[in-house]
Amino acid sequence: MTILEINNLSKSYQPGNLAVRDVSLSIGQGECLGLVGESGCGKSTLARCVLGVEEMNDGTIAFNGLLLDKMNRQELRNYRRNIQTVFQNPTASLNPKLKIKDSLLDPYLQFHKELQLEHFTYTTKKAFVEQLLETVELPTELGDRYPHELSGGQKQRVTIARAISIEPKLIVLDEPTASLDVLSQGAILDLLVSLQKALGMSYLFISHDLAAVYQLSQHIAVMKDGELLDLFQREDIYGTSRHNYTKELISIF
Amino acid sequence: MSVMALSQKKIKKAKVWLIGIIFLLVMAAVAYTFLYLKHDAAMTDVGNRLASPSGEHPMGTDHLGRDVLTRLMLGFRLTVGYSVLALGAAVIIGVPFGLLAGLKKGWIDRIFMRVADGFLAFPDTVIAIVLSGLLGPGIGNLLFAIVLVKWVNYARMVRSTVLTEVQKDYITIARINGLSTVSIMRKHLLPHIVGNVLVLASLDFGKIILLISSLSYIGLGAQPPTPEWGAMLNESRPYFQMNPEMMVYPGLAIVVVVLAANVLGDYLRDKFDVKKEVQP
Repeated sequence: MTILEINNLSKSYQPGNLAVRDVSLSIGQGECLGLVGESGCGKSTLARCVLGVEEMNDGTIAFNGLLLDKMNRQELRNYRRNIQTVFQNPTASLNPKLKIKDSLLDPYLQFHKELQLEHFTYTTKKAFVEQLLETVELPTELGDRYPHELSGGQKQRVTIARAISIEPKLIVLDEPTASLDVLSQGAILDLLVSLQKALGMSYLFISHDLAAVYQLSQHIAVMKDGELLDLFQREDIYGTSRHNYTKELISIF
Repeated sequence: MSVMALSQKKIKKAKVWLIGIIFLLVMAAVAYTFLYLKHDAAMTDVGNRLASPSGEHPMGTDHLGRDVLTRLMLGFRLTVGYSVLALGAAVIIGVPFGLLAGLKKGWIDRIFMRVADGFLAFPDTVIAIVLSGLLGPGIGNLLFAIVLVKWVNYARMVRSTVLTEVQKDYITIARINGLSTVSIMRKHLLPHIVGNVLVLASLDFGKIILLISSLSYIGLGAQPPTPEWGAMLNESRPYFQMNPEMMVYPGLAIVVVVLAANVLGDYLRDKFDVKKEVQP
């Protein structure tokens, strides 16, 4: 079942200069779609359109069959409740003045009225924080710390914990490992794989690192200069019908 | 600098702010409790003018026989009270303006910035003198002038804080979660602003006391017989050679309160500067 469908999406920041040109993609329930491309190829812009931070110029984004730009208040709220994000820079993603536990509580407090959680059982705020931190393999006492007391890898685990806290249907991962060292990168990728297995979420995994994308994704899309060049199943990565640019990317990873 | 010297410096600094707080608290306690009841600040006693310190008048009496200590303590209420009033008004006007300019941007921001530039082109004291000169001398007009000069600082600071924070990812994430502008302000921006406002306010507190006192001294602020410290200084001017301590006490009071406020401001600045804590 498809949960997110992007059709012919175009977005330009300056007139006549398209950052994303006519891209169509779809993500199935519980599936991970990897989006690869070099810096500035439009993959983050695409993500920002999906997240509703940028308005698209042309095309449609549909979530469970509902068009994003035609949603009413209630539907939009439901969309936001089901879509969460993890950005590249964990330091910027956490308010430096708030304790970890308060940052973790943010989406929960926003949506707690309509939440019906299946995997987590929150009764108190304390239990909420502890359960989440345990899920992302962090010591529970970190809840009372401030972001600057944590390492980059720990902070990224916190932002992942925040993203999964309300059990969304889709998480947009915009280069979640790009600012981490190699060891933390591997650990975060493993965590993302196990979380997806446990919670059954879909991922839109954006990265310039084909190796990382290959590890997580069932489907892989390749973008260059705002255009979608290639879209294939994970198993077909070495197939003969691959675009030359994809082959180039494969040869360097 | 050696580690030893560095740690000693830290201890000294820590004690200084404590002394500042203690001084302010003691003065406030004295000003707001018993001494005021002992004498009437306006009660003249011409037979006992310019008296030396005694048990009855610990700091002596002034040229009209009024008790100096009582007037000094009443002056604490006035000077500190006016200063807090002006500061509060400046913060209350400045912070919402800054939030609005930083969040809405566009023409609101542009108009605001030009107004702010206009105020900043003149030194505080000059605007305050011109305004209280135009509106006439008196403490009300002086306070109005001070608020008019000071609110810009708060608005500008809040605006720049908002502008830097708003483009960070955590605000974007809050927006994606559908938090309203008001919730983002309250939950995410206010913690950044409170610290900065507190620091700026405690540093401004001393400056405002100085401004009120100095303008009262030159006759533009509080008028005699109000026991405002600057006005007291002004009144004691003709008697400086005969009875210099009459001038020393209010001057000393101003120095102590301003110093205490500045030390407190420095301490708060260090405390709210998260980045400093990270550095070893």
